[in-house]
Amino acid sequence: MSGLTKTRARTPGASPAATKPRDTSGPPFWTIRRRDVLAGYLFIAPQLAGVVLFVLVPVGLAIWYSLNDWNVFSGGQSFVGVDNYAALADDPQLPSVLGATAVFCGGVVVLNIGLGLLLAVLLNRRFRGATFFRTLFFSPVVVSVVAWTLVWGFLLQDNGGINGLLDTVGINGPNWLQRGDTAMLSVIVTQVIRSVGVNMVLFLAALQGVPAQLYEAARLDGAGSRVIFTRITLPLISPTLLLTAIITVVGALQSFAQIAVLTSGGPELSTTVLVYYVFQQAFEFNHIGYGSTLALMLLSFVMLLTLVQWQLRRKWVFHEQ
Amino acid sequence: MSSKSSSQRRSALRHALLVTALGVLAIPFVVPTVWMVAASLKPLPEIFKAPPSLWTSDPTLSAYSEAFSFQPFARQYANSVYIAVLVTLITLLVSSLAGYAFARIRFPGANALFLVVLVGLLVPSEVTIVPLFQMFKRAGMINTHWPLILVTALAGPCVLATFIMRQFFIALPAELEEAGRLDGLGRPALWWRIFLPLARPALSAVAILTFLTSWNLYLEPTVYLTSPELFTLPQALTRFTDAYGGEMWNTQLAAATMTVLPVLVVFVVAQRQFVEGLAHSGLK
Repeated sequence: MSGLTKTRARTPGASPAATKPRDTSGPPFWTIRRRDVLAGYLFIAPQLAGVVLFVLVPVGLAIWYSLNDWNVFSGGQSFVGVDNYAALADDPQLPSVLGATAVFCGGVVVLNIGLGLLLAVLLNRRFRGATFFRTLFFSPVVVSVVAWTLVWGFLLQDNGGINGLLDTVGINGPNWLQRGDTAMLSVIVTQVIRSVGVNMVLFLAALQGVPAQLYEAARLDGAGSRVIFTRITLPLISPTLLLTAIITVVGALQSFAQIAVLTSGGPELSTTVLVYYVFQQAFEFNHIGYGSTLALMLLSFVMLLTLVQWQLRRKWVFHEQ
Repeated sequence: MSSKSSSQRRSALRHALLVTALGVLAIPFVVPTVWMVAASLKPLPEIFKAPPSLWTSDPTLSAYSEAFSFQPFARQYANSVYIAVLVTLITLLVSSLAGYAFARIRFPGANALFLVVLVGLLVPSEVTIVPLFQMFKRAGMINTHWPLILVTALAGPCVLATFIMRQFFIALPAELEEAGRLDGLGRPALWWRIFLPLARPALSAVAILTFLTSWNLYLEPTVYLTSPELFTLPQALTRFTDAYGGEMWNTQLAAATMTVLPVLVVFVVAQRQFVEGLAHSGLK
């Protein structure tokens, strides 16, 4: 990851000008150059095949499905053109679903990056207990999502642990999972606490990757810790922040298990985010055509965000090239 | 010197403040897991007793034995273990090969093909699962473990793994190849004998990421599997409901504890590999 932070050494393959004039004078056909090309293709073949077979072909099929209407019982399908896309506009539930998706993703990404960076900065100094706390904050990451969410589900019951705890200090806690706003809050917080450890570790690694000489030089120049953080630390860890933001956004858009286990999208539609709605339409209601259309909508969000981030990457991550 | 002792006192105070702040922040990270274990040992009526407590005077293991009698839990456990191990091994192989090639070998179209692979990182598996279900249905692989193994080991986390491996390899000095070439090593030998041994931190990060992803999969087994004896653990955890649909709280918590605790113990024992492994993959 902070391979990005280092100036790319003149490593083979990094240059876009990959084709060089070939040496055709020597008699042996299998020159080092040709062997390299063969090895390159063979080495990437399994990964490429996996992506083609399990990502690209399915995306193509999803586009085809979205143009068809499926009859699950007869197994037949008929071409309906853009009917499924027109149905998006007439779907009375979709605005609520998209709103919930935006709130959930926004909440998760902001909280996750913010808390991850805070924890990393707090832990990025030598003191007794630093390793211990790092282990604690990271530990939910290795806990199964479903188990973690089940436990929080118990704790968030009306008569569960969290309200029991609030009760002891005289606060009458809400029935967290039965009210729209608190259910959304519960899903976001449960998700962030479980996963923020990964970002914390990545940020810590990036912070430790900043050369100490830069800090020393800045201190000699009389820079305060705030200036050092904004002028040295932040720019140097920006590639990691960016990569992490991409993974976190994509992850938030994919959060199915948390919602399925904690709220099943409820109450009403309050926590039915797009990914859960896709699952409902495609696998519970067997609306394969419409489900595929919604899945493509999810895909286009991911792609759009990624394009924006690639643009920002060009602007911010100056030392990558 | 008084100035020295006052600065020492100030740093002690700062340390105390830092530890207190971290301790408060740590509560929601730690208490749920501790409570899960404690509650799984409580008799059912005690679980919702107020105020909540992490202690019971009357611990019982009955919820644990009930977990095994209510579902084929031992079988489900074995399913999760073998699938996660297999997926991890395949991913290590596939991603280290691809990552090495993309980082160190020049071949026509390398950059374009790398972008194609990156698409795999950006397309959520929740998007592809609708058509994948139809593909696997046609292949007769519904209600088998094949979709869980193939898709996880070759797409999804494997693409992230390839990306991590490439980032790791690209930062290594070019002299490594030159030295290996002088010894007459071809690309497979360079990859196996020089680069893989150097890549241990990245490989352990990839292994941990992949194992946990497979171990945690929930949507995929929910969609592909219908027979309880084929279920994986996360899926099984949600099926502890009695004949009337009521949740069997303490049985569920006992099963969750059995799912979580071994991984947590390995993590605490090998935390350097877990945490440093992930950190190292970002450092190099």
